[in-house]
Amino acid sequence: MRPFDTIGFALISLGSNKVRTALMLLAMSIGVAAVVLLTGIGNGARLYIVDQFSSLGTNLVIVIPGRAETTSNTPATLVGQTPRDLTLEDATALERSDLVNRIAPINIGELSAVWHGKERKVPVIGSTAPLLQVHHLKLEQGSFLPEEDTEIARPVCVLGAKVYRELFGQNAALGELIKLGGFRCRVIGILGSEGRSLGLDTQELVIVPVAFAQMLFDTKGVFRILIEAKDQHSLERLKKHISRTISKRHYGEEDVTIITQDSILTTFNRIFKVLTLSVGGIAAISLVVAGILIMNVMLMSVSQRTAEIGLCKALGANNTQVMVLLVTEALLLSAIGGIIGLLLGFAGSWVIVQFYPTLQTTPPLWAVAAAMGTALCTGFVFSLLPARRAARLDPIQALARH
Amino acid sequence: MIELHDVSRIFTVGGQEVRAMDHVSLDIMPGEYLSIMGPSGSGKSTLLNIIGLLDTPNSGTYLLEGRDVTSLKDEELAAVRSRKIGFIFQFFHLIPRLTAVQNIELPLLLAGVSRKERTSVSTRLIEEFGLRGRHHHRPDELSGGQRQRVAIARAVINQPAVLLADEPTGNLDRTSGAEIIDLMEQLNKNGQTLVVVTHDPEIGERARRCIRVVDGRIASDTRMG
Ligand SMILES: Nc1ncnc2c1ncn2[C@@H]1O[C@H](COP(=O)(O)OP(=O)(O)OP(=O)(O)O)[C@@H](O)[C@H]1O
Ligand SMILES: [Mg+2]
Repeated sequence: MRPFDTIGFALISLGSNKVRTALMLLAMSIGVAAVVLLTGIGNGARLYIVDQFSSLGTNLVIVIPGRAETTSNTPATLVGQTPRDLTLEDATALERSDLVNRIAPINIGELSAVWHGKERKVPVIGSTAPLLQVHHLKLEQGSFLPEEDTEIARPVCVLGAKVYRELFGQNAALGELIKLGGFRCRVIGILGSEGRSLGLDTQELVIVPVAFAQMLFDTKGVFRILIEAKDQHSLERLKKHISRTISKRHYGEEDVTIITQDSILTTFNRIFKVLTLSVGGIAAISLVVAGILIMNVMLMSVSQRTAEIGLCKALGANNTQVMVLLVTEALLLSAIGGIIGLLLGFAGSWVIVQFYPTLQTTPPLWAVAAAMGTALCTGFVFSLLPARRAARLDPIQALARH
Repeated sequence: MIELHDVSRIFTVGGQEVRAMDHVSLDIMPGEYLSIMGPSGSGKSTLLNIIGLLDTPNSGTYLLEGRDVTSLKDEELAAVRSRKIGFIFQFFHLIPRLTAVQNIELPLLLAGVSRKERTSVSTRLIEEFGLRGRHHHRPDELSGGQRQRVAIARAVINQPAVLLADEPTGNLDRTSGAEIIDLMEQLNKNGQTLVVVTHDPEIGERARRCIRVVDGRIASDTRMG
């Protein structure tokens, strides 16, 4: 039998029982649509996260004191010393490189901010002028931290929009003195009301010069150092340069962890890929359910079409041909149902994009292929049993029934 | 052309043996017109099914056009059926959702013949069998006699060596039945080997050779005029 004729014959069979065919198509298409839609949403979430991180600049390197891996067996760890702090001198030393564009040492702590009797606990970040660019912050009023020697503990501060509102209400804040952890400092700027980066709400921040923060927190170290590379291609060289510089300064100890935005991004990427894959997998179960439905309906259809199958055999069809005919019917159901499902899925993700434009739910190509593949596979696998049953029918007995 | 030697077909039902064919030997020449008669349950259909390769004997040999077809595998059996055998049934066995032409062309479709070739043969048969204008009618839109004519057209479309009919008039009124017999006799006159199983002595005796089957044996084999 010619392939084209086989398909035509199968289509006629499917068309002869429209309700049954429609039900099977519905089951198949819902399964495919679910896979497409869920993987689309998972992928959209992944892209959203990636986008959030990328907006921070992918050429950012973060230096943290202490080694993340517990592989070093240095005398320091043997005697149980805590790792050496990163210092402002370290930061200054790192800055002297062609590979570095900007550098911003950071200290973080929580202090109470007081103005005219109003008090509020706020996260305080100590840093330097380049933080504005490194963290893509927006300034609403006044100026950011002054460009001057990082060692100068000038008592000034920049307020997050929310902190400003809560302390000052409608009053002007620029030039005012607030008390920060018991020290007086002057408000020189107010941040814009947008932005959220690295897990901190910039609206709730108070930013002060890093040396002033060291005084406030009573520490000589820095929490971490943010370094913006000149370009993304020199990230690896920059990382080497950092570890060499630090270990030179730390008596041969490489006691820092160097993280790139890239590696964080890669981790998130991987997590969300796995997530997407698992929701897609769960949706694929509905495809298997559709496959079982197809199997049941086909078993029913085979027993209804016994005489016809016997007839085909009497007219010269062999067992393989009978099987191929029935499997073709199932594959057609899967293919048509799958295409309807794809359309439904794409329509659904389009609707989601209309409501949540930030979530780009376009399903990834692999998910589309996998959904179609699974649909065809289940159609194939679950039609084998009915097809075999049909092929084994004794034509004489099949024809005796009418 | 058809040579059965000592063929037996035994069914075992509930531990009991039923000898549907009991050491039957039979030769059929090309172009012959043969009728098989006998009481119900005597084994007429079984004999026809074995000739038509829908059933295989438990013992004995069957040569079709000189080729031993006694123990062929499914695929070979199907191929021989496709090329050498044409079946006509009491209940027509047309596929209800296919049109008359599609039903007629079914054997060629299964055999992988191109659409063009199929159409040219089926168009000729529709003319010949008085089914003009009925091309696209479905079986339930045809009369009993027309249905059986479609079935005969389907049976002869692959130019079989032998045309096997099991009670072809059993489900028809007298006039349509007579028409069907006329049609088959016409085919036989043109050289078609024809075997007809029937209960109706009037029809059976029209054949030039008449076999009576009783209890799975050939009780008589008469040639007429
Ligand atoms: N598949 C089968 N299983 C068991 N017994 C069978 C089977 N097919 C036929 N028989 C038995 O074989 C015998 C011959 O049956 P067959 O159908 O050939 O008779 P028949 O002459 O065609 O009868 P009728 O005129 O009623 O059609 C019967 O006794 C029948 O019960
Ligand atoms: Mg019978």
